[in-house]
Amino acid sequence: MEKRRGNIFARIDWFTVVLFLTLAVMGWLAICGASHSYIETSFLEFFNQSEKSGKQALWIGISLVTGLILLSIKKDTYRDLSGLIYIAAIAIGILTIFIAKDIKGSHSWISLGPFSIQPAEFMKFATTLMLASYVGRREFNINNRNDIIRSIAIIMLPMIVIVAQNETGSALVYLSLFIVLYREGMTGIFLLMAVSAVVYFVVGIKYDAVMFDNLPMNVGPYAVTVLIQIFSTAMVKFWCKNDKTFLVLAITNIAGTLLSYWIAVYLIEFNIMIIQYLLLMFNAVYMLLRIRLNKEKRNLWIALYLLGSVVFYNSCEYVMHNVLKPHQKVRIEVLLGLKDDLSGVGYNVHQSKIAIGSGGLIGKGFLNGTQTKLKYVPEQDTDFIFCTIGEEQGFLGSAFILILFVVFILRLIALAERQNSAFGRAYGYALASIFFFHFAINIGMVIGFVPVIGIPLPFFSYGGSSFLGFSILLFTFLRIDADREVTRV
Amino acid sequence: MKDHSYDNRKYILSGFVILVLITYIIQIYNLQVSDNDYKSKADSNAFYKKTIYPARGQMYDRNGKLVVYNSPSYDITFVPREIKEVDTVELCKALDITLDEFNTRMERVKDKRYNPGYSTYTEQDFMTLLSGEEFARFQEKMFRFPGFYVRKRSIREYNYDVAGVLLGDIGEVSQKVLDKDPYYKQGDYIGLQGIEASYEDVLRGEKGTEVLLRDARGRIQGKYMNGALDTAAVRGKDITLSLDIELQALGERLMENKIGSIVAIEPSTGEILCMVSAPSYDPSLLSGRKRGKNHKELALDKNKPLLNRAIMGTYPPGSTFKTSQAAVFLQEGIVTPRTSFPCSEGFVLNKFRLGCHPHSSPISLAPAIATSCNAYFCWGLHRMFASEKYSGTKEAMNKWRDYMVSMGFGYRLGVDLPGEVRGMIPNADYYTRHYSNYWRAVTVISISIGQGEVTLTPLQIANLGATIANRGTYITPHIVKAIDGDTIRSEFKTPKKTMVDANVYEEIIKGMRLAVTEGTCYAADIPGLDVCGKTGTAQNKGKDHSAFMGFAPRNNPKIAIAVYVENGGFGAEYGVPIGALLMEKYINGTLSEESEKKAEKIQKRKIYYGKEER
Repeated sequence: MEKRRGNIFARIDWFTVVLFLTLAVMGWLAICGASHSYIETSFLEFFNQSEKSGKQALWIGISLVTGLILLSIKKDTYRDLSGLIYIAAIAIGILTIFIAKDIKGSHSWISLGPFSIQPAEFMKFATTLMLASYVGRREFNINNRNDIIRSIAIIMLPMIVIVAQNETGSALVYLSLFIVLYREGMTGIFLLMAVSAVVYFVVGIKYDAVMFDNLPMNVGPYAVTVLIQIFSTAMVKFWCKNDKTFLVLAITNIAGTLLSYWIAVYLIEFNIMIIQYLLLMFNAVYMLLRIRLNKEKRNLWIALYLLGSVVFYNSCEYVMHNVLKPHQKVRIEVLLGLKDDLSGVGYNVHQSKIAIGSGGLIGKGFLNGTQTKLKYVPEQDTDFIFCTIGEEQGFLGSAFILILFVVFILRLIALAERQNSAFGRAYGYALASIFFFHFAINIGMVIGFVPVIGIPLPFFSYGGSSFLGFSILLFTFLRIDADREVTRV
Repeated sequence: MKDHSYDNRKYILSGFVILVLITYIIQIYNLQVSDNDYKSKADSNAFYKKTIYPARGQMYDRNGKLVVYNSPSYDITFVPREIKEVDTVELCKALDITLDEFNTRMERVKDKRYNPGYSTYTEQDFMTLLSGEEFARFQEKMFRFPGFYVRKRSIREYNYDVAGVLLGDIGEVSQKVLDKDPYYKQGDYIGLQGIEASYEDVLRGEKGTEVLLRDARGRIQGKYMNGALDTAAVRGKDITLSLDIELQALGERLMENKIGSIVAIEPSTGEILCMVSAPSYDPSLLSGRKRGKNHKELALDKNKPLLNRAIMGTYPPGSTFKTSQAAVFLQEGIVTPRTSFPCSEGFVLNKFRLGCHPHSSPISLAPAIATSCNAYFCWGLHRMFASEKYSGTKEAMNKWRDYMVSMGFGYRLGVDLPGEVRGMIPNADYYTRHYSNYWRAVTVISISIGQGEVTLTPLQIANLGATIANRGTYITPHIVKAIDGDTIRSEFKTPKKTMVDANVYEEIIKGMRLAVTEGTCYAADIPGLDVCGKTGTAQNKGKDHSAFMGFAPRNNPKIAIAVYVENGGFGAEYGVPIGALLMEKYINGTLSEESEKKAEKIQKRKIYYGKEER
């Protein structure tokens, strides 16, 4: 093994660079569309420094220069400086809480002359670098409890600082870094638990009040019990890899569910929830019995997961109906599509859906959008920038951009996978995870799939700090990738 | 060393990324391609179609006197989101309302029960129909109330305080109309009663639109495509009524403190000269800001002033109906002008007796009309039903019905006013349903003197007068004489013929003239007017209704009239003098001194109707 040598420009991954530049240009054009007022102007106007598009162009230039500088720094230097950068970033973050002006309750912006900068964007870079270099240590062991706790601490510390700045949305981004730990071997049960909790909540609450057509019971709770059976039985199969237990449980669950449904519909009408709960109890008891017989410790966790799921769902219902304040309830109900509140909570998302929907198949054409230009969509050039694309470029344009984004993310995963060092791989995954989180949450929010969490769409949303922050993250990785050790055959 | 034990996790992670991509693409496909709803929502969002309201057509009377016109009024509206810092006390002062009033108005606007279209982003009505004066006071200080706007409207103004129910009113369009007719939008005004309603499509004109671009705060960003899609508003057409507004005023004056109706028609044209429904009300009560309160009061009034009795009230026509019977009997050859019938203070057949008042007997047609003999017409109907001409009672009955229908009875005449009712003319089936086959002339005999099952509207009675005056034809009565730059409907120009010949009518007119010169209508014998008339005294549950039907002059008649005063007693008591005064006024243009005194007397006479609903 040896380090690759030669001109840095010969070694960087140009495919990624081209993807990045394409996204940057499209993002800039989207900002031109979104911030442009409905008056005829010449194209050069878009570079005017009093226009948002002009400012953004300047920031793109600054980012490219910064990127070139970053490319000249060696991979090892990054690794060596990671601790310092991390501590400095956290310190600046804490400082920001006290010196930043209050903007809508958040203390996250500091002004440097004519520019305002959001240090949180650079904390992402610092945390990514720190996590990668910690995970990349030779003595790091994912199964060592201290190592895990320290890695989690590296992720949580900046989160706490950002929450203190009152930017909860940005803080959530750091959760995506758990994907890095998962890739490095952390058990997936936590991720599965998180996903299943969301599924139980959404399915359970959304169909809570929906009745079966032919049975005197509600769809929500029933669907959740079936989902719990599916998840836990699948865990037996894929986590314990115990085929016998899996077979017994799968057959009992399927037969019990179908048979009870058939009897209830065609023979005697009764509430088959009782059968579902009996099935769940049987699942848990059987798994616990298997522990004694086969010493399968993991079955205990699955049984606990199963019982935990039942408790979790029931407490969700309780919280929803008895604990939450009406306005909080409304927010959840609007998101789940149970209620329309178009002038209040749902206004942003409703308007954003109208703007996107009005684009049709091929869109209204560049600068011809009416919804975004006439400012129906709030924050249309920052968090809701995707509306402009949807309206002006239509389905074809917006699908193209979504695909472009995913190709970019998949390329980053591929690059991460070709690293020989855990440091490089961890950095690559952190980068891919952050981009993916921003992408999934931002687009999901604009098209009405996830709650309105104010985080930008990388390279598209207006804002210098965010563009520069993402560029720093990316260019550092390009250098790390260029410096990777390759095996000469 | 590279650890390969978790390498397959890259597939799980990549797979998840692709799964999210597919879900999102499906969702944008749903939004953009398969669901067209969002496109129209976007248009209504961004394009503000500003409606330009045209001026509503004005109304003139037959002599060119302006009756109904417009005056500007102002609505104060506000956009809830934009009124964060308004000095409420200042605003209340400017609008001359109390703080309490302000609060109730605000609550009412926000209450979705009253205001289903409430949104904090769009204009909401705060106060509507301010007068120019009230608005001027507010306008001075308007700059201090950001978020408040003004919408210009126009309201109806009236030069005369008469003909309320006839002219009708305008008000906000109802949900029912909104669902049916896409022309109207929430908050538009529409004619609700009377002429305003029946000539709505002529009077309203055509709304224009300006297509403007509007941002999310409702601020106008300019005209879309430089106004290429704009349409100009078209002014409503002016209408000339056939009404003589002074005659109308006199009619309403004479009917004060009474319940009933007067209809006068120009026989040669079918034009309605006056149409009084008493009790009447001042049309300006239903215009402007007090409309709601006044309308409620009128609607709750037990004497039902909102009911146009001239076309919606059905009454037994009483003896005025005898003229139509004479026409049938003569035309069918049942009687000749010389045929006489006995009257022993009534019509007596076997054990059946229908009373009459004392007069000479036997009696022929003209004096029978003049003295209003009941027996003569009962004998006539009896003889008609017994006639060999018909196969039986039923055919005779239906023949009779055909004559009545040809005179405009039993069906709507088709006047250009909303709500006309048809009255009642029975046919053979009707009696067979009630009496099976055991009914004879005697069973139905009272229809020959305008009682029993027969009912007419005052308009139909007046039209009978016009038909006689025309010697057998009539033109569908109508209230609109001319529409600015347009013609009136053709049915208001073509005469309709009854089944009775002109020479028959001459015989009836002889009787009607005799009634004026020496019969029941002598009070109508105004020198030089050559009045022909017929009284009516219609029996009903309470005191008799007083009715009069007549026309003048005998040759080339200018006016035919029907007067109907509920519970007024004998026809000669109210019907004849009121009819005479109106004919004098219309033909002479003014009342003689003596008549003026008479008019004052009648105006003051009051009929007590008790407390029951009418």
